[in-house]
Amino acid sequence: MSSKQQILNKVRQALSDKQNRAPYPVYDTAEYVAKPRVEGGSAEQVFRRNFAAVHGIVVGDFEELKAVLAKQPLKKGCCDPALTAKLQGLHIEWESEFNRNKFDEYDIGVTFASGAVAETGSLMLKDRATADRLSALAPWVHVAVLKRSEIYLTLPEALQRLGDDPNVILVTGPSKTADVEGILIEGVHGPGVQIAWLVD
Amino acid sequence: MNTEIPSHGQPIDRFAAAISGEVYESVHSSSAIKSDKRQALLAGDYPNPKHLREIAGQIKQHTLESLDKYLPQAVESLERNGVRVHFAANGEEARQIIGSLLAARGAKKVVKSKSMATEEIHLNDYLAANGVDCIETDLGEFIVQIDGDHPSHIVTPIIHKNRRQIAKSFEKHGLGAYNDDPETITRRARKFMRDKYMSADAGITGANFVVAETGRLVLVTNEGNSRFSLAAPKLHIALVGIEKLVPSDRDLSVFLNLLVRSATGQQFTAYTEFISGPHASGQPSGPEEMHVVFLDNGRSDILAGDCREILRCIRCGACLNICPVYRQASGHAYRSVYPGPIGAVLSPLLAGEKFPSLADLPKASSLCGACNDACPVNIPIPDLLLRLRDKGKREHAPLASRGVPPMGGFAGLASQPALWKGALLAGHVMNYFPVEWVPVPPLSKWTAQRTLPEFRGGEFRKWWKQRRQR
Repeated sequence: MSSKQQILNKVRQALSDKQNRAPYPVYDTAEYVAKPRVEGGSAEQVFRRNFAAVHGIVVGDFEELKAVLAKQPLKKGCCDPALTAKLQGLHIEWESEFNRNKFDEYDIGVTFASGAVAETGSLMLKDRATADRLSALAPWVHVAVLKRSEIYLTLPEALQRLGDDPNVILVTGPSKTADVEGILIEGVHGPGVQIAWLVD
Repeated sequence: MNTEIPSHGQPIDRFAAAISGEVYESVHSSSAIKSDKRQALLAGDYPNPKHLREIAGQIKQHTLESLDKYLPQAVESLERNGVRVHFAANGEEARQIIGSLLAARGAKKVVKSKSMATEEIHLNDYLAANGVDCIETDLGEFIVQIDGDHPSHIVTPIIHKNRRQIAKSFEKHGLGAYNDDPETITRRARKFMRDKYMSADAGITGANFVVAETGRLVLVTNEGNSRFSLAAPKLHIALVGIEKLVPSDRDLSVFLNLLVRSATGQQFTAYTEFISGPHASGQPSGPEEMHVVFLDNGRSDILAGDCREILRCIRCGACLNICPVYRQASGHAYRSVYPGPIGAVLSPLLAGEKFPSLADLPKASSLCGACNDACPVNIPIPDLLLRLRDKGKREHAPLASRGVPPMGGFAGLASQPALWKGALLAGHVMNYFPVEWVPVPPLSKWTAQRTLPEFRGGEFRKWWKQRRQR
């Protein structure tokens, strides 16, 4: 008998004498929405507040993006080819494909987001819509281009939008650790600067 | 791990006495801070967190008691998503499956994302012995790995180390000259790890949850290490305990909200990844091939027993942080992969035939109940500890009764009303001479550190008599 059969049999046997099995409880996912976090304005306003709270940066237009990026020493970037036209005049040398052999040379990556969660201050990145997972991860700065209409107010709402994409990730601010004495340090393996660029 | 059992006294007391002031300070202060943050966050975000924990516990309990339905459903969903599913009855089998999956692709370099299941089967040692270079990518786990140490906490593996110790390790392992600035330490780890990710043939992870209905694996991390382990390498292997299932996607809002708040006192982790298969077709990065190895390793036996509630555990570590015993003794005192209150139940159970070697752990508790109150899935840990104490006694495990004074005399006294009454009268005499003089060894051990309150025995019996007369 295979281990699979053996384990499934053991599980069945373990529960065979259980007369009244615990039922699935009746509950509303809305109970798990943190009310104080979703109050005070539109989904966009709530997202802006909560994304800032996790040290993410929201920019509302290209001029704002330009101002934020001017504070970073950026030479080379990797950009979704569908976005390169929008990113001229930044004095960054753009490449449209992430070259694995030069992974350490990219200072910035620009990709599409597939949504956002206002409640948690998270960007939603889906594999099919992301030009390359590595452009959203390896460079120090990541810019996710987010449609205002795709900001979902609560986590339960966002979970309904996971769909059939094989890899969906919620990115809640820059990468971080508190492993050394509980002190928060940002930019561990992923980006140290996480930007959401809102577009219509 | 030091699994050697000291020859006398309670093992955990001896470990607690042996830890240095530095370790004690690190463990005590970090766990206290985490507990405070957790409580403040839950109270600030929800009007009735207790109710939310109870629901979460009920969902998990339901899932476990219907595992004969959900486990086959999960297999079907995963396979539908293009994931290859394997089953491992024990650690040995899990190691072999993972070893042969790596060998089939000629994978010699592996990046691993923090996973308690892989700790449980001692995967790193196995891979090293088989010529596979496997690097822990979580900063804490990486430090544990280069030190040849073991994690002392399930969420914050190096809670027992301070920055000076870490800086010394980095210096010793060629990661730059001594520098104990946490930011410098982190940047050095970042730099070191990036080449490892890019050149790795495979990424190994655990899973925080697996959704039976959709076959989604959920992974939460803060550092982005699991994301990197699933971005650069072409092979993904996930080792998952069979108890990790939840019924449907909607339940994730319950567990993600409670897990993260309970684990690190954050409202959400930086990276929450929902993986249901290899990368999307045509994508340049991400795994081409994905395998899930379901691990039993004693879990189905626990499911059959009277402590199955322990399988609800979502590994948040809140019970460690709040536990007065854990704060004193630190994680290594539990001599197993899972420390703290959860470990005091889970480790002896997972030990199977070796239960007697850990039979003292269920006794390392004052049954204060703080662990139950902190648990996001409402596991009645104190009840389970009592059941295991009973098991230890019934099976005559020597460690289960070590250090316990013989209770035969008390039992005789308590079961004969006349003798008991006499003893109560005699008790008043105790108020007139110092108990430290009592030459009975088990008693003097107790009184050496504690002051006995004034004896006021018999009051209840008096009150009861008067109450009936009225």
